[in-house]
Amino acid sequence: MRNKDTRLTIRVLALLLLGLAFAGCRPQTGQSTTGGVSATIQNKGSDTIVNLALAWAERYQTLEPDVRIAVTGGGSGTGIAALINGTVDLANASRHIKDEEIQAARANGFEPVEYVIARDAIAIVIHPDNPVDELTLQQISDIYSGKITNWQQVGGEDRPIVLLSRETNSGTHVYFLEEVIRLGQKDNKTLFSQDTLLLPSSEGIGVEVRQNPNAIGYDGLGYVTPDMKTVAVSVGPGQPYYPPTVETVNAGEYPIARDLYIYTAGEPQGQIKTYLEWILSPAAQQIVLELGFVPIATVSTD
Amino acid sequence: MTNEHEGQQKRSLSWLEFLIERAIQVSGISAIVLVILIFLFLIKEGTPTFLEIPLSGLFATRWYPIEEYYGLLPLIMGSLIVTIGAAVVSLPLGLATAIFIAEIAPAWVRDILKPFIEVLAGIPSVVIGFIGMLVFAPLIRVALNIPTGLTAFTGVLLLAWMALPTVVSVAEDVLDTVPKTYRDAGLALGMTRWQVIWRIVLPAGRSGILMALMLGVGRAIGETMTVMMVTGNAARVPVGLRDFFMPVRTMTATIAAEMGEVAHGSPHYHVLFTVGLTLFVITFAVNMAAASVVFRQVKRAERMLS
Repeated sequence: MRNKDTRLTIRVLALLLLGLAFAGCRPQTGQSTTGGVSATIQNKGSDTIVNLALAWAERYQTLEPDVRIAVTGGGSGTGIAALINGTVDLANASRHIKDEEIQAARANGFEPVEYVIARDAIAIVIHPDNPVDELTLQQISDIYSGKITNWQQVGGEDRPIVLLSRETNSGTHVYFLEEVIRLGQKDNKTLFSQDTLLLPSSEGIGVEVRQNPNAIGYDGLGYVTPDMKTVAVSVGPGQPYYPPTVETVNAGEYPIARDLYIYTAGEPQGQIKTYLEWILSPAAQQIVLELGFVPIATVSTD
Repeated sequence: MTNEHEGQQKRSLSWLEFLIERAIQVSGISAIVLVILIFLFLIKEGTPTFLEIPLSGLFATRWYPIEEYYGLLPLIMGSLIVTIGAAVVSLPLGLATAIFIAEIAPAWVRDILKPFIEVLAGIPSVVIGFIGMLVFAPLIRVALNIPTGLTAFTGVLLLAWMALPTVVSVAEDVLDTVPKTYRDAGLALGMTRWQVIWRIVLPAGRSGILMALMLGVGRAIGETMTVMMVTGNAARVPVGLRDFFMPVRTMTATIAAEMGEVAHGSPHYHVLFTVGLTLFVITFAVNMAAASVVFRQVKRAERMLS
């Protein structure tokens, strides 16, 4: 009886050891950035860019089967933090890197390098049944800072306004605060109204805007679906109103447009360098156009 | 078997026993050590806050960390209102379900209900959040005619739903442990079934039921994903009853949403740990209160029996 027990114990232990041995054999990921046979590029950051980055990664892997590109979202701040901590090779960001992030990167021994990889318009989205068609930047600022609280005040129905925003780790959030709510004025300290709903994803904003006629939200043009309504925006009363489209952004007419960035830890080498060069090529910029963003290189728009 | 052999076996047995005893002891202590380590870690990362930010800043009503507004009041109040609401909703429902399963339902109904409740406990919180966002929130907005369906109330309903399986299964186990002789005694005195449940079984299981409620509350206050998806996360201080039907921001959702972006060692980073510390202290206080009540009741019961 005891003998049998011992044998069983030994067998279990052996299995455990075997398991441990195999655990040690897991393939290494992440660091293989030199131009070897197979390289994995880790790419993380802005949720605005994540779909674009995925589309690029998919296309690139059909061209270069040896390169694996892992794309994840999480927000611009999350991506840059990961770049600083050395867990990713490329950080996608929909805002400029902050000074304290540059400091943190230097403390970790590298200088972040910035690439403008596309342009994006931020669309103001509302429920399709909302009769409001156009807003000035000042009106949008007043709505989001809580000075205007009813749609009637901007020519709509008698409904309360429900403010939707991305979380504070979103580059879109920071951009919207600085360029729309504060109207780009450096000394302006206006904040989001405390009643603003901070939703963790673009999808969260989409869901609420689609079903709630009180809601107003903002998001990258690439995330606007046909079942939401976009508002035409003007820089001030008496000025022309422009809807957010590739044409108006390219012509510099739509006022809420920005650059999208990829940051690397120091000058990129090997496969990462080749990948970035491809991203800036017309072939990759065509994908930018297909996804509703605005390309930076000259691409035929028809 | 020779004497010598027997002695050898005894010695090896006592050696094995020593090992097993020690192993059990270590695992028992490790739970305490882990809790203390977590606490120390939170204190280490969280206390710099009190040097970096004045108390008046922490007890302010505005939370907007990227512009250095670190008022914790909206977060604490948000977590409390959602948790208390969930407890108030889930206790009567959970207790009623437990009573039905343990005391009233025939065996075959019980056999069907119990596994279903356990399945309910296994639904991932993100799935419940998703259902809440797509189904509950629009329904609540239209039914109550409020500006948005992403409110504290929506969070309360979903959290109560999630706490329910815990409350039911613990309460049901408690009711099961009340000796059958208690019930027989009551019935022999001519009490109705309802009187037996209300006057005998429930008071006898009171401390366990309190424990069930506390476990449910623990589940509710620590829940993150669901709350983040359906409560709207607007950092405003809830004061009146009306605010129950407005968005709130909880401590858990704040940590989850913001931890990924903060620079290590920044004031924002430390404040998030302070939020975690606050959460820890609240849960600890709730558990201590529950334990002390349970303990006192046990002592009283012992006195009565002796």
